[in-house]
Amino acid sequence: MLKQIQGSSGENITFTFNGKPVRATATDSVASALLAAGEISVRKSPISGVARGPFCMMGACFECLVEVDGAFNSQACMLQVRQGMVVRSQPAGPDAPA
Amino acid sequence: MNQYDVAIVGAGPAGMAAAIESARAGLSTIVLDEQPEPGGQIYRAVEAADALRLEILGKDYARGRDLAAEFRSSGAVYLSGATVVNVNPDLEIFYSKAGILTSFSAGALIVATGAIERSTPLPGWTLPGVVTVGACQIMLKANGRVPDNAVLVGSGPLLWLFAAQMIAADMQPRAIVETVPRSRYIAALAKLALNGAAIGYLRKGLQMMRTVRRAGVPVYRDATSISIRGNERAETLCFESGGGHHELPVELVALHQGVVPNQQITRLLRCQHIWNERQRCFAPVLDSYGETSVPGIYVAGDGGGIGGALAAELQGRLAGLRIAEKAGKSIASDPAAIRGELRREATIRPFLETLYAPSSQILAPADDTVVCRCEELTAGQIRAAIDLGAPGPNQVKSFIRPGMGPCQGRMCGLTTTEIIAASKGETPSLVDYYRIRPPLKPLQLGQLAAFSGEKSDRDTIEGGARG
Amino acid sequence: MSRTADLVIVGGGIQACSTALHARMRGLSVIVIEKDTVARHASGVNAGGVRRMNRDYAELALSQRSMEIWNRIETLLDDDCGFQRAPQIKVAETEAQLDEMRARVADLNSMGYDHEVVLDQTQLRTLVPAVSPHLIGALASLDDGFALPYQTTFAFQRKARALGACFHEGLAVEAVRRQGADWQISCRGGETFTGRYLLNCTGAWAGRLARQLGENAPIEAVAPMMLVTARLPHFCNAVVGGPVGRPLSFKQMANGTVVIGGGRRGTPDPDTNVSEIRFEHLRLSAAAALAIFPIMAQATIVRSWSGLEGFTPDDLPILGRSSTAENAFYACGFSGHGFQLGPGVGEVMAELIATGSTSTPIEKMSIKRFN
Repeated sequence: MLKQIQGSSGENITFTFNGKPVRATATDSVASALLAAGEISVRKSPISGVARGPFCMMGACFECLVEVDGAFNSQACMLQVRQGMVVRSQPAGPDAPA
Repeated sequence: MNQYDVAIVGAGPAGMAAAIESARAGLSTIVLDEQPEPGGQIYRAVEAADALRLEILGKDYARGRDLAAEFRSSGAVYLSGATVVNVNPDLEIFYSKAGILTSFSAGALIVATGAIERSTPLPGWTLPGVVTVGACQIMLKANGRVPDNAVLVGSGPLLWLFAAQMIAADMQPRAIVETVPRSRYIAALAKLALNGAAIGYLRKGLQMMRTVRRAGVPVYRDATSISIRGNERAETLCFESGGGHHELPVELVALHQGVVPNQQITRLLRCQHIWNERQRCFAPVLDSYGETSVPGIYVAGDGGGIGGALAAELQGRLAGLRIAEKAGKSIASDPAAIRGELRREATIRPFLETLYAPSSQILAPADDTVVCRCEELTAGQIRAAIDLGAPGPNQVKSFIRPGMGPCQGRMCGLTTTEIIAASKGETPSLVDYYRIRPPLKPLQLGQLAAFSGEKSDRDTIEGGARG
Repeated sequence: MSRTADLVIVGGGIQACSTALHARMRGLSVIVIEKDTVARHASGVNAGGVRRMNRDYAELALSQRSMEIWNRIETLLDDDCGFQRAPQIKVAETEAQLDEMRARVADLNSMGYDHEVVLDQTQLRTLVPAVSPHLIGALASLDDGFALPYQTTFAFQRKARALGACFHEGLAVEAVRRQGADWQISCRGGETFTGRYLLNCTGAWAGRLARQLGENAPIEAVAPMMLVTARLPHFCNAVVGGPVGRPLSFKQMANGTVVIGGGRRGTPDPDTNVSEIRFEHLRLSAAAALAIFPIMAQATIVRSWSGLEGFTPDDLPILGRSSTAENAFYACGFSGHGFQLGPGVGEVMAELIATGSTSTPIEKMSIKRFN
């Protein structure tokens, strides 16, 4: 889907997406790493539940919303990957308390 | 008491150039930008680009390095990772950085937030696997990645530029599907000025097209009735071209129909806007220095009307100079000379804007095409609200919610205005646009609740800059 | 379209549109003249609370009558208005607050009203599990609700229009004067209209028209501010009002978004239709919401807005006959809580105008109290 261009540092960072390990380079955003790994859908629309994924990669479309290390509504395209990041598709928002 | 003489939102070419001028003139200057490094979108990640990447992206991109270096040493305070969420009419500026909301006040404001890609509502454009050409270019610049199975669809110089950059990166698009009708070439040629910078741009453009042709990329011209089909992802691109029907299997579809001014801040501050018929978008009304209808608020760069990176730099300088002049500082540069350069830069615009006018398919989407992505509203639903009697975009927004999702109308605003204008037989100028309110980007309630209500002093702000 | 009608209504919010509909249903011809667009101001942008709970005693009968109409709003308007039944509650932080609530309920019961009850802490937590543990109870009207303000007002307009009411939007009334037994209403640009009865529904601007009638309607333009969040999974089925000292109105809509009000004020400018958000005040609404619902810390605010509303010095509307002029009436000054009253106000004003009196007691809201 998305090849690294020559001279890139190599995919030496690993984070998880919905529990699955995803490899990334040091300059990947969460969104570019997910797309490169073939995870083109990162959430379900709260309206009808259809699959949605990153679109503009510049923080304008708000399609790439994910939960990152517990923080909801994070724009995956605006966050640089970090080793051990825990990224999850989010429900429409925080869960109600028990 | 203002903490800064000048606040600049956006660290692209316009913001950087403005900061350099204003700091050089001795004004206390602060620049806020959402990204981690300066450059905006056009010079995205330029500081980190190695020799290979600079070669792939080209000389025009490499210019950003020198500009960024000059910006870094200008003396302006630079807050990266800072999202401006509100600006009060008295120029108190509220921003969120690292989870904390802070405010300060400035004597003048330069809005240098540039452009966003024009939305391209087509059947299937919301499927995963559909992105913009700009998105692909960002991934090349910032993430060092290039798609190995992408079809580029739409119109505009960026299509050809990115295709040429892909080829320089040892890759190429699977195909280019261009929506420019044949008749436009004639109309555009009539607008071609053979003076100023036009010849240089024309030459560059022809070179890119030659590169693409030599690489053997299939190019489909005058494409209409475009749709993207698939079950849960983009699988097939369908369109008419050259008298035939085509269906291309796809993995990634990259759309583009030009860029438009990002009007969120100027709308928030109730600056006057006009509809630019040739660019088919709203732009703020500006004087010859870039000052808006609201005193003390300036726009520099594509946010004032699409002009490209070099024009953005020149406009940034003009705004910085003007503010310095008004503050009684002596200025080194001559505004008239800068305006002369701007005129040179602008000579290519009539040709480009005529040739690459947005396709009629996206300006008048079919009824079942999604227009508001956040709320999944179709063009037909918007038309139905108008038929029922909703008089304009704000009432349609109140009634069926386009523009009420997290993107705050960035994706659907212009299309909604076009649809309403067409439905009511009014000009887009009369229809106008969504009312924009704070926060400029979604803001965590906890952050707002924790805000002290007081402006912060420079030490606190600049401490945050170093963090 | 005719320039003459039995009833000319100046203003196009919910009170105007509701009265237009009910007057048409009683056979009066109606013209509505609105300087901007219907529901442009308070009626289109309020919190949408359909609330009987905690009203001034003077409003109780009117509020009850209005609730009966809300219960059949879809039949009346061919539009469900986004109306949802839901408890409206006002939380208590201290025993003293709870005591006041108990005293109120006793008063109401003695007056024959039983729609409000006091909830203890357990009952409150059962109804709204997400509230902060420090809250000790609440005043509640379990059978209240909320609706969509623009949709509702627009629906009243459409139904009134379908029954023959004429709406003129984008037309500002400049002067009203007597002409024999009628009112002559002149507008900017020269158009004039004639009506036997005149109704002032001009909201934040109502004082101006009152002056033309020779009386005082002390209405202040106020810009209450609202916030709305991105969609959240459902966690709250009640509309929650803050305790004394922490103004808050909090409701989760059917679509999961949370609307937060509470009356924090922006900057109004009725001359230019501008209601400016005061961001630094908005944090108080956010802080109140967080204090009552700690779960909201991570909720993202997507939008704020404001609008122009008319407030009276005693927070009661001005309703009923003019104190000076024959066949002139008022329905304005609803001080931030007119939405629920809208359907009832229309019915009552139509009754009053058409028959000369109304069965619902509204004398305490007469303009006489200011003149």
